[in-house]
Amino acid sequence: MSARDTLFASIRKSLGVTGAEGERRAAVAERLRQHPRGVIPARGQLPPAERVKLFARMVEAANGSAEILNSADQVPAAVAALLRRHNLPMQVRRGNDPRLAALPWDKERQLDVSVGASDGHQLVSVGHAFAGVAETGTLVMTSGTDNPTTLNFLPDTHIVVVDARDIAGDYEAVWQHVREVFGVDALPRAINLITGPSRSADIAQILILGAHGPRRLHVLVVGEAG
Amino acid sequence: MNKDVTEAPQPATKRPRVGLFVTCLVDLIRPAVGFAAVKLLEDAGCAVEVPTQTCCGQPAYNSGDRATTRAIAEQVISAFEPYDYVVAPSGSCAGMLKTHYPELFAGNAVWERRAARFCAKTHELISFLTEVMKVSEVTARFEGSVTYHDSCSGLRELGIKAQPRRLLASVQGLSLKEMHDSDVCCGFGGTFCVKYPDISNTIVTKKAEHIAATGADTLLAGDLGCLMNMAGKLQRLGTPVKARHVAEVLAGIDIPAIGER
Amino acid sequence: MAFAEHLTSPAFKENARHALADPQLQSALHGIETGIVDRRRATVAKLPEFDALRDSARAIKNHTLAHLDLYLEQFEQKCTAAGGHVHYAVTAEEARAKVLEICRNANARLVTKGKSMVGEEIAINDFLEQNGITPVETDLGEYLVQIRHELPSHIIMPAVHLTKAQIEADFRRVHTHLAPDRNLEEHQTLLTEARVILRDRFLSADVGITGANFLIAETGTSIIVTNEGNGDLTQTLPRVHIVLASIEKVVPTLEDVSQLLRVLARSATAQEMSVYTTFSTGPRRAGDPDGPNEYHVIILDNGRTAMLGGQFRDMLRCIRCGACMNHCPVYAAVGGHTYGWVYPGPMGAVLTPSIVGIENAGHLPNASTFCGRCEEVCPVRIPLPGLMRHWREREFERHLSPAAVRSGLAFWAYLATRPRLYAVAMSLFVFGLGLLGKFFRRFRWLPLAGNWTQHRDFPAPQMQTFQAQWKRRIRTQ
Repeated sequence: MSARDTLFASIRKSLGVTGAEGERRAAVAERLRQHPRGVIPARGQLPPAERVKLFARMVEAANGSAEILNSADQVPAAVAALLRRHNLPMQVRRGNDPRLAALPWDKERQLDVSVGASDGHQLVSVGHAFAGVAETGTLVMTSGTDNPTTLNFLPDTHIVVVDARDIAGDYEAVWQHVREVFGVDALPRAINLITGPSRSADIAQILILGAHGPRRLHVLVVGEAG
Repeated sequence: MNKDVTEAPQPATKRPRVGLFVTCLVDLIRPAVGFAAVKLLEDAGCAVEVPTQTCCGQPAYNSGDRATTRAIAEQVISAFEPYDYVVAPSGSCAGMLKTHYPELFAGNAVWERRAARFCAKTHELISFLTEVMKVSEVTARFEGSVTYHDSCSGLRELGIKAQPRRLLASVQGLSLKEMHDSDVCCGFGGTFCVKYPDISNTIVTKKAEHIAATGADTLLAGDLGCLMNMAGKLQRLGTPVKARHVAEVLAGIDIPAIGER
Repeated sequence: MAFAEHLTSPAFKENARHALADPQLQSALHGIETGIVDRRRATVAKLPEFDALRDSARAIKNHTLAHLDLYLEQFEQKCTAAGGHVHYAVTAEEARAKVLEICRNANARLVTKGKSMVGEEIAINDFLEQNGITPVETDLGEYLVQIRHELPSHIIMPAVHLTKAQIEADFRRVHTHLAPDRNLEEHQTLLTEARVILRDRFLSADVGITGANFLIAETGTSIIVTNEGNGDLTQTLPRVHIVLASIEKVVPTLEDVSQLLRVLARSATAQEMSVYTTFSTGPRRAGDPDGPNEYHVIILDNGRTAMLGGQFRDMLRCIRCGACMNHCPVYAAVGGHTYGWVYPGPMGAVLTPSIVGIENAGHLPNASTFCGRCEEVCPVRIPLPGLMRHWREREFERHLSPAAVRSGLAFWAYLATRPRLYAVAMSLFVFGLGLLGKFFRRFRWLPLAGNWTQHRDFPAPQMQTFQAQWKRRIRTQ
């Protein structure tokens, strides 16, 4: 008997079942099909404009920073301004996400923008989030051709652009959208839920930012809510 | 203890018959608490009786001896069957009787029913006074400041926290000073304190520090086991805080504090 | 019974003695009592739905456990369809062998590790080292205990038992490539030093091993939850990613896992949400600019199927948040290493005997006052004191408790079931004790009484029991 056979036989023996029972199979199939939502906190259940404000507040509460921009065109200038504010070299790496590619980067002449994954030598990265969750100020980043996961973790400063209309009140709304966009059988390799910059309190319970991931997380919320 | 020998004329509604579950620690170490309970119950309008009794069975239960626990439980349930209510001046014993007795008899329909009826009428003393007999104040006086320790079983199994404070607030002359972490264990834990004495000592030492930090003259609680543990430590440390069962103060009973000579 | 490396649980009392006499440890533990407890309370107060979410989380776990075989099958199917490999291990040995096989196939020399309690359970680090492969812990707390050759002392904060001075001394001892007299005054400096060293490891590793906070059946996904981002670097940069997960980690759907995530971070670290919650499904896709080429999930039993079929099933709801040990007065007194194995505190007191056998961990469920704070804060409402009591029942049945305790209880039980004899015996006892109390404050020579009076005074009883006084009172009325 393989380990698999032994393990499943052991589970079934403990539960007193054979695995062939119709009722049990139906219950499982039902739950997978319906994916019931459970308890959704009221906190994020707000009209779109209020949701965006809550999202920005929660990002800041998690030690990130947030800026609300009227339009995507303002992103390159906001990025350049951040780098200047923190005396960082005018260099960023971004993924090939079409929404980022379409931005007027050439308006910021001094800004050197390269495209691709991170190899650990980049100080600042720019990504585009799939969604945001107002409930906890969480960004939802999906991996893919256009969105290297390493950009979320290796650089010291992580700048993330998110469309205001993609800011949901709760995670459950995001999962519904994920199912619609990708299908439940073809999730991206990685979905990163990111809430604030990297941190650790392992050295005598003192909280420090930038443990392994980015020390600084800056979120640019763009466009109209709703 | 002064009490009228003759009973007052019977009121229109029959007085509730309360079987007092005195608890073995009160029975053996500090009977005054039992008499305080009787006074409080009678003042609230109950007729109190004390059937012959031994123990709730918790030492056996927490040592894993279910057979002995069941035997004791059957004895207790039978002895207290005649009463309208069963009242114990201890959150831990009342918790044992009320929340743990039923599962001892799972699978035995007859005893399950008897246990269920027993549990439904069993209460810890202070919460019985406030919630069942609707007592909202007492007439006792107590000059001085007290701090109150929330014993674990009473708090977490029976929800006792506000009730003793409500009654203490009505005691003339008494001021209550809450301690830090009043709801954290004192380290008694029944046989725990003698099986793991060093760990118990560390826990009760922290508790003694919190008690002393309130500046209160007197420590109160609803459980004699906790009180003996804390009083014993306070005395060993030379901390001049007296310890009493809350029932003594509410009943206005004036005797030497726990461990006082 | 499953093997257990580094097990010192039988020496619980000795461990406790050392712990109580260790001023650095006591100072470190004081931080838990005063810090995380208050922060968790404040965070929970901000979410009115918290208790309802606990009920929901419990229901989801119970449903899943009742259908565990079917959800595991679903997980395996989806994970495989996404290009992942699912392996099963009944024992710790099988899990270790499988990890080694995958590492060998990848010609691995360096392995980075995200924090994994299952990894500690199967002692994978020692095993890899014995086989010529170097594992490097990347969670900062795990790194700190790895360089001390210690087990973690807490399932969330592995190095909570260490003071800054100890960490500084360890870094000077181990990081010999740096100037020995360098200034390590600032916590930030220590962190940066570790970050630089571990960054190099992340980028050089051949294989990354992580645990899994959850597995999602609906999508074939594994989830890791970290604050540092180390787990993500561990699983994204190397060619191969191995997930170590025990059978009860599986959860049906994305929505179900969201219910559990809402109570996990709040219970574990008092955060609304941990910084990084990562959902991984299979290896790198065509067109992915980064990610591992191979993705393996090893699903481990190691005693859990036995728990599923018995009195300890509720323990399988545990989501490893650590709230129980944060609120435990015993843990706060002696720290995690006293418990002698991978899982300390209340959850360890129930889980450890299930895995290593009650005869090897008998003290753990006994060293509890049953104060109930653990159950009060458990996000999935595990009746921890009740489960510890079940272990005591097993010990009693198997005559594992010390003879003196057993006979003392038997004597008490004999009297307690005979009320009239009890009344006579107790009357004599309190009379005698009352007399002694007039002359002695300490009773060192009475066995258990000695343990009491070692640290505290014992109040002399009145010379008559309540029941005797009551009977007299009734007679005179």
